[in-house]
Amino acid sequence: MIHSLFLINNAGDLFLEKHWKSVISRSVCDYFFEAREKAVEPDNVPPVIRTPHHYLINIYREKIFFVSVIQTEVPPLFVIEFLHRVAETFQDYFGECSETTIKDNVVIVYELLEEMLDNGFPLATESNILKELIRPPTILRSMVNTITGSSNVGETLPTGQLSNIPWRRAGVKYTNNEAYFDVVEEIDAILDKSGTTVFAEIQGVIDACVKLSGMPDLTLSFMNPRLLDDVSFHPCVRYKRWESERVISFIPPDGNFQLMSYHISAQNLVAIPIYVKQNISFFETGSSGRLDITVGPKQTMGKTVECLVVTVHMPKVVLSANLSATQGTYNYDPVTKILLWDIGKLNPQKLPNLKGSLSLQSGAPKPEENPSLNIDLKIQQLAISGLKVNRLDMYGEKYKPFKGVKYVTKAGKFQVRT
Amino acid sequence: LKVINCCVWDPSGEIFELKAELNSDKKEKKKEAVKKVIASMTVGKDVSALFPDVVNCMQTDNLELKKLVYLYLMNYAKSQPDMAIMAVNTFVKDCEDPNPLIRALAVRTMGCIRVDKITEYLCEPLRKCLKDEDPYVRKTAAVCVAKLHDINAQLVEDQGFLDTLKDLISDSNPMVVANAVAALSEIAESHPNSNLLDLNPQTINKLLTALNECTEWGQIFILDCLANYMPRDDRESQSICERVTPRLSHANSAVVLSAVKVLMKFMEMLPKDLDYYGTLLKKLAPPLVTLLSAEPELQYVALRNINLIVQKRPEILKHEMKVFFVKYNDPIYVKLEKLDIMIRLASQANIAQVLAELKEYATEVDVDFVRKAVRAIGRCAIKVEQSAERCVSTLLDLIQTKVNYVVQEAIVVIKDIFRKYPNKYESVIATLCENLDSLDEPEARAAMIWIVGEYAERIDNADELLESFLEGFHDESTQVQLQLLTAIVKLFLKKPTETQELVQQVLSLATQDSDNPDLRDRGYIYWRLLSTDPVAAKEVVLAEKPLISEETDLIEPTLLEELICHIGTLASVYHKPPSAFVEGSRGVQHKRLPARMGAGLGAAPAAMPASLGGAPAVGGGLGDLFDLGGGVGMPTGSYVAPKTAWLLAMKAKGLEISGTFARRGGIIQMDLSLTNKAMSVMTDFAIQFNRNSFGLAPAGPMQVLTPLSPNQTIDVSLPLSMSGPVMKMEPLNNLQVAVKNNIDVFYFSCQYPLSLLFVEDGKMDRQVFLATWKDIPNDNEAQFQIKDIHLNSDVASNKLQGSNIFTIAKRTVEGQDMLYQSVKLTNGIWVLAEMRIQTGNPNYTKTNGFRDCMQKQMYDSTSVVRFSSK
Repeated sequence: MIHSLFLINNAGDLFLEKHWKSVISRSVCDYFFEAREKAVEPDNVPPVIRTPHHYLINIYREKIFFVSVIQTEVPPLFVIEFLHRVAETFQDYFGECSETTIKDNVVIVYELLEEMLDNGFPLATESNILKELIRPPTILRSMVNTITGSSNVGETLPTGQLSNIPWRRAGVKYTNNEAYFDVVEEIDAILDKSGTTVFAEIQGVIDACVKLSGMPDLTLSFMNPRLLDDVSFHPCVRYKRWESERVISFIPPDGNFQLMSYHISAQNLVAIPIYVKQNISFFETGSSGRLDITVGPKQTMGKTVECLVVTVHMPKVVLSANLSATQGTYNYDPVTKILLWDIGKLNPQKLPNLKGSLSLQSGAPKPEENPSLNIDLKIQQLAISGLKVNRLDMYGEKYKPFKGVKYVTKAGKFQVRT
Repeated sequence: LKVINCCVWDPSGEIFELKAELNSDKKEKKKEAVKKVIASMTVGKDVSALFPDVVNCMQTDNLELKKLVYLYLMNYAKSQPDMAIMAVNTFVKDCEDPNPLIRALAVRTMGCIRVDKITEYLCEPLRKCLKDEDPYVRKTAAVCVAKLHDINAQLVEDQGFLDTLKDLISDSNPMVVANAVAALSEIAESHPNSNLLDLNPQTINKLLTALNECTEWGQIFILDCLANYMPRDDRESQSICERVTPRLSHANSAVVLSAVKVLMKFMEMLPKDLDYYGTLLKKLAPPLVTLLSAEPELQYVALRNINLIVQKRPEILKHEMKVFFVKYNDPIYVKLEKLDIMIRLASQANIAQVLAELKEYATEVDVDFVRKAVRAIGRCAIKVEQSAERCVSTLLDLIQTKVNYVVQEAIVVIKDIFRKYPNKYESVIATLCENLDSLDEPEARAAMIWIVGEYAERIDNADELLESFLEGFHDESTQVQLQLLTAIVKLFLKKPTETQELVQQVLSLATQDSDNPDLRDRGYIYWRLLSTDPVAAKEVVLAEKPLISEETDLIEPTLLEELICHIGTLASVYHKPPSAFVEGSRGVQHKRLPARMGAGLGAAPAAMPASLGGAPAVGGGLGDLFDLGGGVGMPTGSYVAPKTAWLLAMKAKGLEISGTFARRGGIIQMDLSLTNKAMSVMTDFAIQFNRNSFGLAPAGPMQVLTPLSPNQTIDVSLPLSMSGPVMKMEPLNNLQVAVKNNIDVFYFSCQYPLSLLFVEDGKMDRQVFLATWKDIPNDNEAQFQIKDIHLNSDVASNKLQGSNIFTIAKRTVEGQDMLYQSVKLTNGIWVLAEMRIQTGNPNYTKTNGFRDCMQKQMYDSTSVVRFSSK
């Protein structure tokens, strides 16, 4: 199982270590540093590194490498999932997962890690249970604690840990009972030069914010559940009922959680909300090039496209860009070679255009690679797949809750080739 | 709450201050002090000096304070075992506490304190906790058994904890079941032959029930355990599959992949015409695709596994080609894996799409990726015949880009295409020849030369082209030299009149001016052939070549079957059988032998015994084979002393033991000869080591399979691990051994050569060496002479390297050779040495640097062993 954990920042400083079995010398991280150096970019460090006596499995989150050491055959996905859970827990507790917050809260971090694994076996990883065991730091509480001398560790056995619904604590009480659901869809797509869709799929999630008293039993149904053939549920969802009736029946955790995620594959037709007409070319001589990009609406289902941003990764030899935008602002960063054009709202009557010249390092040969465009956008009140929630029913409690569903479509990894 | 500053730390002053605070009367101050201590411990600072003061804070009602002290204890108990004993009473008391949280916490912490004296006290409380009324305590206790086993396996067996643990599989609480399974699985890993997880339909049913109700992590343990079961018939197999399928929709990807493993494996048993079989196939695709939308690290592991799955069952993902298309911002390790799978899925139906993608990738920035993309185009041509023409024209387009590394890769793959489809695409040769000058990589040069030689009759200036390569013949790599020799001989056989001079030139270069035996031999063979029988030469050199096969990189079927049984594990990430993972864990090579299951999968599952672990003989046999393989594959050249008598028959009721130690392919082995000089048969052999300086311990039980008859001798090789308990011995390399048989227990001691402990990666980086050498204090230095060795420095260096003593640098000063060497011991200690060799003087002077005296003593004995053994 998981033997040890090292936290390493971007500069290569090891700033926290935790061992769940015997202590492993931090020199084992030398193998990680070697791989880190070889990878150049922190994102490219291979997730599994073999050393003579151990395996190092790592993830890179918020500029921190979470490096775990294992000694026996352990499913790597298990380790990676756990590391993600650790990062999420820090985020949850301290508002952000950064070196500073971890260092500031080092004792809580240590207590959490101790609570999350026992001898390398996961113990309590649900945020609900952890929060009952170790209370998150707040300014108010730390003040109260210093005055009254009370502690931030729970005194009782966490109730959720043993019940059949470990995700919910008992005795939840709210004055305003409310349940909100956000259907968020992200379009992952690759469009080729001519604008044809090479590949497109939708990653959807339903995020929930449920603040209901007692033990509510909820049922969520869709107008068109047939769209969903590839789903992953939060452990609270009763899979049997989904299989037989295509409704989502569950006792919710308290607070924010992800109810389900779904995936609408490339085989279904995915609507692409915008089109991009672009021409980026470099001249054989004269160390310059031209750029001309126009964005227009395609299948927007009558909604407005907002927060439209075009990012172009330019070849290394491009020194500067002299462009003019009919809408929005552009910025070229000569260090990262990224051209960012922030358009904002897309107006179908007057299509935004960016054009002008690019100057190249003098004497450098014409770049070989084609720059690639990444698109960011947002459409409110629309799930691009067409998914619609039909109704939400509550059983088991008497009160009448506030209910609401919001839809939003975003660009995920949306790429246009040139 | 005081903000703890972990950056500024003044050791002497601060510890003093903390000591005072820890002994304060005020509860709050005490707690803050413990917090500060923990904070500095966390960042790796040594606060062990505060041990007694912290332990004093343990008896408290404050749960947080108690937890903090426990944290501290776990970290430092090992370095202060005598002090840790002070804590035992509180632990034992806490195990009786009315609050289950405290009971669990106490038993959990005690198991983490890896001190022998404490473990003795742990047994009674643990036994109680395993039967505690509260499931939370039981589940904690289950894990504690695994901990204890890690510290003292014998104790766990003697106390019968394993049986109690097995009983917990039938516990009423799913979490307890899951933890019991996890603990048993971990213990089973170090006990390859034990029948710990004896799965039968009843236990399987228990596990499947618990599967629905336990946590996501518990589900992983249970699924991995289920995967080791062999159903009795296809009906049972189907019913398990049905109950596992819902796990495919779990949000935790590790659960999904473990479920995929179970299904992929049990599916083998279902008849293919069964409706359910088809349904199951369909159900497998979506979850696999979903894994690819997760974080890149998860994607990477998923892709490595999908690579196996598409080789085993291409039908599952044959329509999902598009999800493997590479995105601009994928990390490189994901890009390369996706590319690999794209080629595996390429077929006539989707080849147009694939080619368009590959061409796109060939213009990307990352060189490694571009190269692989170009190669992939070649592989497509070979795999899908209909696409070959399109592939070739794509490759030609790419050559036109004149990007150096693209051109080189393209030429390498075009050579393969020529070999697959002879006499079809030779029209492109002219284009290839234009790029001759830009080739600077050996593989590309060799490929181009091969093409010129093979098609010499169609290339008018073939002789000129080849001659141009000949100029720098000696600077070329062997690969290119060999190709050039063959190509010129081919040219000569095709156009004998004009090329006589050229062929003589290359033959003389190869045979007279080269010291590469391969090149020389090939040169001589050609020469003889050409001079004795040119017709025969033609038949040999210009013989028709066999076509190259479609896919050369497929995993061999038996390995693939084994890997399918290990989906989701490290083995599946490395595409190597688990037995290849020697380091890291004791006895992994024996693990559950899924190879046998793999073999049983296709054939007749009914013939397989239901219990998996029931074949210890096979386990041992394979283990030995493996060891042998390691020994043959990587001859380290390490010296093995002849066996010496360790135990005499007269002292051991007729059992005589002689033996020696060896290091083979990174594995330490104890080679024993057991002779029975008594009148009756001996059976039930077992071996144990006393604690020793380097923690040597048998990696598995001693395998004496047949009873030892009177006057019979049996040779046993016992792999050793370094994970046993450590105690300094006198002399340092002394090992006390107990051997048991059906008659009695016998003790003897022997000494192992320290070179046994020198690890293969003991070569220190030069810079590090220089820096470390300077830092070694004079006290840690020892100098001595080694006499009467008639070796020059290179031979000595080679011999030493055979024993993992690595020469980092060599220099010659005034006729003396100075060798700088490094050695790394299994426990991570480095020894640096400088060896002075007076040429012609058989006496060496050696200076060694060490970090402390213990090592000095150790190194002395090493050198004696090493050099006297020559």
